[in-house]
Amino acid sequence: MIKRRTFLRESTATAAALAFPLVGGAQPKPLKVGILHPVTGALAFSGQQCREGALMAIEDVNRTGIHSLGNAKLEVLLGDAQSTPQAGTAEIEKMNEAGCAAVVGAYASAICLATTQAAAKVGLPHVVDVGVADQIVERGLKNTFRFGPGYKVCAQIAVNNLHVLNTVAGKPAKTVMIIHEESLFGTGTAQLLARELPAYGFEVKEIVKHANPTRDFNNIVLRMKSINPDIVIPANYYNEYALLVRTMQQQKVVPKAIYSVLGGAASSYKFLKEFPDAANGIIDCNHWFNPKDKRAADLKKRVEAKGLFFTYEIFNTYTAVRLLADAIERAKSTDRAAITAALESSAFSDHFMPYGPTKFVNGQNTGAQPLMTQVIKGDIRVIVPRDYREIDPIFPLRA
Amino acid sequence: MLDVAILLPSFLNGVTTGAVYALIALGLTLIYGVLHIINFAHGAALMVALYAVYFLKNRAGIDPYLALPLVVAAMFALGYGLQRVVINRAGHGKDENILLVTLGLAIVLENLALLFFKSDTRTIETAYTLTTVAIGPATIALTKLVAFAGALAAATVLLWVVHRTDLGRAIRAVAKETQGARLMGIDVEHVYAMSFGIGLACVGAAACFLLPAYYVNPQVGSGFVLVAFTIVVLGGMGSFAGALLGGLLIGIVESLGGLFLGESLGQIGIFAIFIAVLLFRPQGLLGARP
Repeated sequence: MIKRRTFLRESTATAAALAFPLVGGAQPKPLKVGILHPVTGALAFSGQQCREGALMAIEDVNRTGIHSLGNAKLEVLLGDAQSTPQAGTAEIEKMNEAGCAAVVGAYASAICLATTQAAAKVGLPHVVDVGVADQIVERGLKNTFRFGPGYKVCAQIAVNNLHVLNTVAGKPAKTVMIIHEESLFGTGTAQLLARELPAYGFEVKEIVKHANPTRDFNNIVLRMKSINPDIVIPANYYNEYALLVRTMQQQKVVPKAIYSVLGGAASSYKFLKEFPDAANGIIDCNHWFNPKDKRAADLKKRVEAKGLFFTYEIFNTYTAVRLLADAIERAKSTDRAAITAALESSAFSDHFMPYGPTKFVNGQNTGAQPLMTQVIKGDIRVIVPRDYREIDPIFPLRA
Repeated sequence: MLDVAILLPSFLNGVTTGAVYALIALGLTLIYGVLHIINFAHGAALMVALYAVYFLKNRAGIDPYLALPLVVAAMFALGYGLQRVVINRAGHGKDENILLVTLGLAIVLENLALLFFKSDTRTIETAYTLTTVAIGPATIALTKLVAFAGALAAATVLLWVVHRTDLGRAIRAVAKETQGARLMGIDVEHVYAMSFGIGLACVGAAACFLLPAYYVNPQVGSGFVLVAFTIVVLGGMGSFAGALLGGLLIGIVESLGGLFLGESLGQIGIFAIFIAVLLFRPQGLLGARP
């Protein structure tokens, strides 16, 4: 039988615990992080892939939380840029109002240009996950940090490697046709390629721009037939890339190489699975993980277990969120200025990208580099650089 | 560029693409002609039909061309049901309400597709996807030739229904004078729903011809519907022959424009013709004078 005094003592303790649940084992306040991508509209597929990558990273970070903030968890605020810069800007304003400590996003270059600027106005740290246009990090915005490479680096590496491959093969390729989508990413990449290629002895026969979406690539392939370039360089998003390569296959246009620079489907497991014949032999200079790092293989397995394809959007955004979590850990604060300072001095190395420890100069991770891949024997394999090589390149694809 | 080996395939490509545009536009012009509304959900309906073709192929193994009767019937039923249950009731007979209801339907359908099917772009593989046919010096995809023949056949059936059947007479009567038709004993609400159903059935047929060479995702309809609107106005609002002619014309202009001006700038041709027709023949190519 419970004594009156015992009952009073225990019930008082229970009431106190119910009234002040955090006094005993105080839980730190979660830290709000904005995850902003175009999950609807023309770029929805890529945006949703990015979001999946971000959510997986947050799940991993939240297993232990941010140690320096008492194991605080990251609370996600999801935003939809609706595939337009304007909607992206509006989402940044909402995230600012909601008290986000930082933002990761926003996939497309044109959207990133707008969102980084909007975030800079309110001092919100913004980690760019994909956006390759170099203007994103060339405007002196203190809040903007890009983990991956820009299109200038990608174009230079692609052209250098094309020159090496061609020289080793006895210079079979002399002419090039560039096909690019019309937004900032495609146009900027094409301009850089057109400027660089002649210096290595390649004649750029034609540069063709197309809209997003483009319903029919027959005309472009007809022009290709008439020009008969040795090398075709596409720089566009997934749908248009897939349609272009399928139309080439249909019209039996087989250049000496399809040599993509940031090709939307060129190094995509989805494209490979759906169109193995069309994908065969395609070379791509793109965002890619270190194939020798077990963590990349583990994440790939987890992604595939969810029924998704392990595309660059997923692993780029995954690592971008991990970079931000590392900065918050070192900042030991939710203060935006402290997180920005921690990103500036970041030497984040706990990742599976072929970049080494991060070192930001004007917001750009100077160690970031693309890898060259080629579809060989039904798989996407790294061919260049030698440090990451899985298989020897096949160039040219036909004599 | 003036080589016949380039020009001819580009022209044929435009004609074949234009026929599919025309089929989509025919549905739109029928709905406009009878209900006097622009159906903003037309693109979303095309998306639904494309998903139906995709799942019939992938889950049941039914070839897109063999799926034609199924998809056309299903889209007709969807259109009939939507008109009777949603548009008619929510619209309260006011054009502006109906316009907003179709816009709302488009948003709902696209977001439902996003929810259930994700934004993933899906394609199908058939034995004939990469098959081509040589016509003189030109090589044309078999899927495009089938689409052309199928679209023309579907358009012929539609024109026959409209001009040679009791239903067609009722549709034309309602389109011309709703009150008069009602006084003559025509069930106007039924005709509205039949027209909407037939409009969506056209989209169903177009989806069967499109998917073997194209893809589907929740946003796919928007690209086609803008072209279809242009064709409807170009051909003359409510004119079936105009929609057919307009579709073929737009297809050819788009293709040759893309060839000579580039794929981005090539679209200028469509809108240049569109503006010229509006300036010099505001009722459209084959539209009736007001």
